[in-house]
Amino acid sequence: MAVRVEKSTWRNRFNSVSPGWNAVISIAMIIIAILTIAPVVLVFIISFSTSYSIAQKGYSYFPIELSIEAYKLLFKGGSQIVDSYICTIFYTVAGTVMSLFVMSMYAFVLSQKSFHAKKFYTYFIFFTMLFSGGLVPSYILNVRYLRLYDTIWIFLLPSLISAYNVIILRTFINSSIPDALFDAARIDGASNFRIYVQIVLPLFKAGLATIGLFQVVGRWNNWFTGMLYIENPKLIPLQTMLQSIQRNIEFIKQNSELMNSREGQELLASMPTESTQMAILVVSVLPILFAYPFFQRYFIHGLTIGSVKG
Amino acid sequence: MKVQSAQSKKKRRRLTGDDFILHAMALPGFLALLIFSYIPMFGLIMAFQNMDFSKGIFGSPLIGLKNFEFLFRTQDAWRITRNTVCYNVAFIVVNMFLAILLALLLSEMYSKFLAKTVQTIFIMPYFLSATVVSIIVFAFLSPTNGFVNKMLVQYFGWAPRHNWYSNISIWPGLFVLINAWKGVGYSAIVYLASISGISQEYYEAAMLDGASKFQQARFITIPHLRAMATILLIMNVGSIFRSDFGLFYSVTQNSGRLYPVSDVIDTYIYRALTTLNNTGMATAAGLYQSVVGCIMVILSNKVVTMIEPDNALF
Repeated sequence: MAVRVEKSTWRNRFNSVSPGWNAVISIAMIIIAILTIAPVVLVFIISFSTSYSIAQKGYSYFPIELSIEAYKLLFKGGSQIVDSYICTIFYTVAGTVMSLFVMSMYAFVLSQKSFHAKKFYTYFIFFTMLFSGGLVPSYILNVRYLRLYDTIWIFLLPSLISAYNVIILRTFINSSIPDALFDAARIDGASNFRIYVQIVLPLFKAGLATIGLFQVVGRWNNWFTGMLYIENPKLIPLQTMLQSIQRNIEFIKQNSELMNSREGQELLASMPTESTQMAILVVSVLPILFAYPFFQRYFIHGLTIGSVKG
Repeated sequence: MKVQSAQSKKKRRRLTGDDFILHAMALPGFLALLIFSYIPMFGLIMAFQNMDFSKGIFGSPLIGLKNFEFLFRTQDAWRITRNTVCYNVAFIVVNMFLAILLALLLSEMYSKFLAKTVQTIFIMPYFLSATVVSIIVFAFLSPTNGFVNKMLVQYFGWAPRHNWYSNISIWPGLFVLINAWKGVGYSAIVYLASISGISQEYYEAAMLDGASKFQQARFITIPHLRAMATILLIMNVGSIFRSDFGLFYSVTQNSGRLYPVSDVIDTYIYRALTTLNNTGMATAAGLYQSVVGCIMVILSNKVVTMIEPDNALF
């Protein structure tokens, strides 16, 4: 080899693995990446398969024929899908905004070192990290006493505040805003609320973004709350709907008596086909899949901050 | 003297006006915590009651520890505890090992572009909900159309006689695999961030001393990661009695045959509440979970305080 043009990174210059090893590692990583994404790709392909292909070949990466019939079905007869989509967007956005507002205010209060009741509020929220009533008392409370069953509020209220997130927010405030800034503002006569709005909020956008993104993903993917508390089809979030479709199809299929009876056949015919179910899945997953690569660093940052208390 | 009185006057004035605002700002969070976190704690009394809903919480008779007796006398308590703890331990160990390995390999790649692309793909499963994961698994394991069965028939000419969802033996490994698929990519990136923070001087010195890549990894990189890994590990210990409900309930399609290996404390409580309607026992199990969890968090925090005092929770 006459002249080899090397990249001028320190790696190639000095302490790197040999090119042979690099090739091995790179190929291994590519293979693992393909394996990671393969299951999701299968589901995508199924959503584009015809029912005929599924009946003949089952779920396959190479269906007999492709079509967008499942998606057409979705957008045509799918008022349920649209309802659920809108619900989910609302729950996610409203829930996140409300929660961020309440939590950031509380975190701000916790960060004010000269506040006489700070310790009280701190212990108050800390204790909830240690101990909780569990599923049953919460369920009884929400259903019997607060009447949140089958309402939108069940998605917004109980999840307003989470101790873990508040601690992270407080850490953000403490580490990005020096105390001197607060003191200076106070001397200038600013009220605490004004300090919150004009100093804290702008300066810890990173903190809000991090927690906000975690919240968005968590709420979008939440299927449990809907399953436990919602009956009204107009209020069902996407993931819960997906879950119940899966259950119903499974139930009918596994129950062979039902399968062979006329009612069973009719019922099955009225359910979404497998490819439609996969299409619903694709449609519910796309927003997150498109968005997350752009926000990666916030998620990583959140995890590191969360594990190192400031 | 004059200055002092002026200062104390300022202090008293601030005490009323400004502090009130702080209280007002903390109020929504305070109320939310009070209603949704503290009041349910009082509901734990139901663990000691024979709940009769017509009489409500305040009217139902107290039956002491009967619910707990019932809970622990059956095989169930042992089984769900064993499942919960064992899976959590397996998850933590496997994920940590794989994540560190992945981070090490990624950090050595020449092409940063490739490394970043691959990273982004690795963390994708983290963003999928349990329902989505359960349907993906179903696409493979479905008894009628599943990819696995079709492949087996096509290439090995052998159709499994039993439904994968009734076959106990594959699921423990499957749970570990799925959990790793979801979590390793994400943890690996965190470790990668740590690795890039290690000063290059260590490596240069080591290389000058003639250390091989393996030795460098062993004596420089891994010890640096050990601190972070320990902290993460100990924090996970606190939640060792909790499980990813979606994994054990959704992904298994709640198949009853799999309960011996898939029933964890959370699924047990859920079923006791919704199917069996046994509020007393469900609450008792929940109390059991909370108490042990609480002890674990306190213990693990004590350990963290001894190792790295700065990272303790309290």
